[in-house]
Amino acid sequence: MFETTEVTLDELKHLVSERALKGETVLLNMGPQHPSTHGVLRLLLELDGEVIINIIPDVGFLHTGIEKNMESKTYEKAAVMTDRLDYLNTTGNVLAYCLAIERLAELDVPPRAQAVRVIICELQRIASHLVWLGTHALDLAAMSVFLYCFREREAILDILEMCSGQRMMTTFFRPGGLWRDVPPDFEIAVRRFIRMFPPRIDQYHALLTKNPIFMDRTRNIGKISAEAAVDWGLSGPPLRGSGVAIDLRKTQPYSGYEQYDFDIPTGTHGDVYDRYLVRMEEMRQSLRIIQQALDKLPIGPVRSNNRKYVPPPRSELGTSMEAVIHHFKLWTEGFILPKGSVYSPVESPRGELGVYLESNGGPKPHRVHWRTPSFIHLQALPVMSRGHLVADLVGIIGSVDIVLGDADR
Amino acid sequence: MSEEHLRNTVKAIKERFEVQEAEMKYPIALLIPADKIVEVCRTLRDEFGFNFLADLTASDYWPETEPRMHAIYNLYSHSENDRIALRVPLNGDSLSLPTIESIFKAANWQERELWDMFGIHIEGHSDLRRILMPEDWVGHPLRKDYPLGYEEPQFSFNYDDIDKRKHKATYKEA
Repeated sequence: MFETTEVTLDELKHLVSERALKGETVLLNMGPQHPSTHGVLRLLLELDGEVIINIIPDVGFLHTGIEKNMESKTYEKAAVMTDRLDYLNTTGNVLAYCLAIERLAELDVPPRAQAVRVIICELQRIASHLVWLGTHALDLAAMSVFLYCFREREAILDILEMCSGQRMMTTFFRPGGLWRDVPPDFEIAVRRFIRMFPPRIDQYHALLTKNPIFMDRTRNIGKISAEAAVDWGLSGPPLRGSGVAIDLRKTQPYSGYEQYDFDIPTGTHGDVYDRYLVRMEEMRQSLRIIQQALDKLPIGPVRSNNRKYVPPPRSELGTSMEAVIHHFKLWTEGFILPKGSVYSPVESPRGELGVYLESNGGPKPHRVHWRTPSFIHLQALPVMSRGHLVADLVGIIGSVDIVLGDADR
Repeated sequence: MSEEHLRNTVKAIKERFEVQEAEMKYPIALLIPADKIVEVCRTLRDEFGFNFLADLTASDYWPETEPRMHAIYNLYSHSENDRIALRVPLNGDSLSLPTIESIFKAANWQERELWDMFGIHIEGHSDLRRILMPEDWVGHPLRKDYPLGYEEPQFSFNYDDIDKRKHKATYKEA
């Protein structure tokens, strides 16, 4: 049924300009093994001297077939794989997946679980932005920022470890709430972090924001207009850097984000520097959200009581026959979602992370599709970098903040 | 979210293109035939403010053939803060869609992904190559009739049968 396809050089001719065929421009491979492509991204550059004429991005080196794999696992088991998509925003991926299930099943989530989800996701957003800031600055030859960023990120990973036992691949959120309640030290640790962190942001600003080398290398580089950004499907900080104030936490709130007061920082020029400023301000706004969520953290259960989806606690198994039946059904067959499909977007640190989930009334998903921001953003890379130098390209890639696990799925 | 704008949009599209609503929990979805999808997308963008192609994917219903697949377009309106989905049924052997690259540039890679993963041929696409799988890959992995890694054991009685079906790397003299 399948026929072999062969790709010839003629088929790739339309990707390069006329001048490349005459030998006036040079085709150069950047990646897949290149430190400033932040993973295994291959870029085929067409260069005139050092000026970029065109870029042909080549993705898929990290393709692991997560979407296909999820179709063969029960809903709860498939949640474990979501962490591996965007490995800097692990909790955000699970949140998007859980929200899709909860939307389809009309499953309730207790208020305490929602608030803890918000706190952990915002901590994760800060951690993700710290990795971005460190590597972005490192690409632009500012070595020390990287060390400071990873020091602060460590504090966040410690909090995640305290909650779930894992530093990165937590799978702490489950359909209907959380895996377990946060430990008593959680609140103290998070409060210590939000007290410690604002002066550190000031330090980063002191290192970079008015630094003439950094400004020279980021201002008026990698510009994209608001119209082009929307047309190319950009979301998150790259879109807001171009001046479009769309943040799904504000416009289409989920998990109780509507209760919290925060601002959407936007840029005006849509260049690398504006995207940098947007993300720096987002870290402060995340702190505001965490502060508010901690101050009114409700007390109560952290998982729904709907026994069709959520296994009963261990204590009930000795006394209730019904609990034993539910326990057996949920751990052998898994839960069954009603037939239907849903698209559920959340705001990840990189942009709109959407899950399309379709159920055929069985215990395994019929189809899970991940709309991952890195994948969409990468196709706008040629638009941003035409006419710039190769040296600027590393700054532009950094400012888009791609994670290849997210792009290749 | 303005419920009224969304209701008016759905009503207008249903009347103008004579299409039905499709079943979807969220967002509200319309069932669009493949030949009308370009016009519907253009109308939604120009007249109703759906300026952002959020997602483009497909779902395979094999072994059913009518429809064999659904292509699902998710649009988002920044100005009205509404979402709408368009589901395009694709039957049996005519797995092809017209490109919407001219309306949303973001469709470029997402349509390539549809071709790569589902084998839906995109007509008029500017650069229809595989994107996630290697370029010499055989088959379209997200189809339901594509196996998930398991291999049929090869015994003496069926050795030749299976051998014939195997995709082998061939060495070519340079």
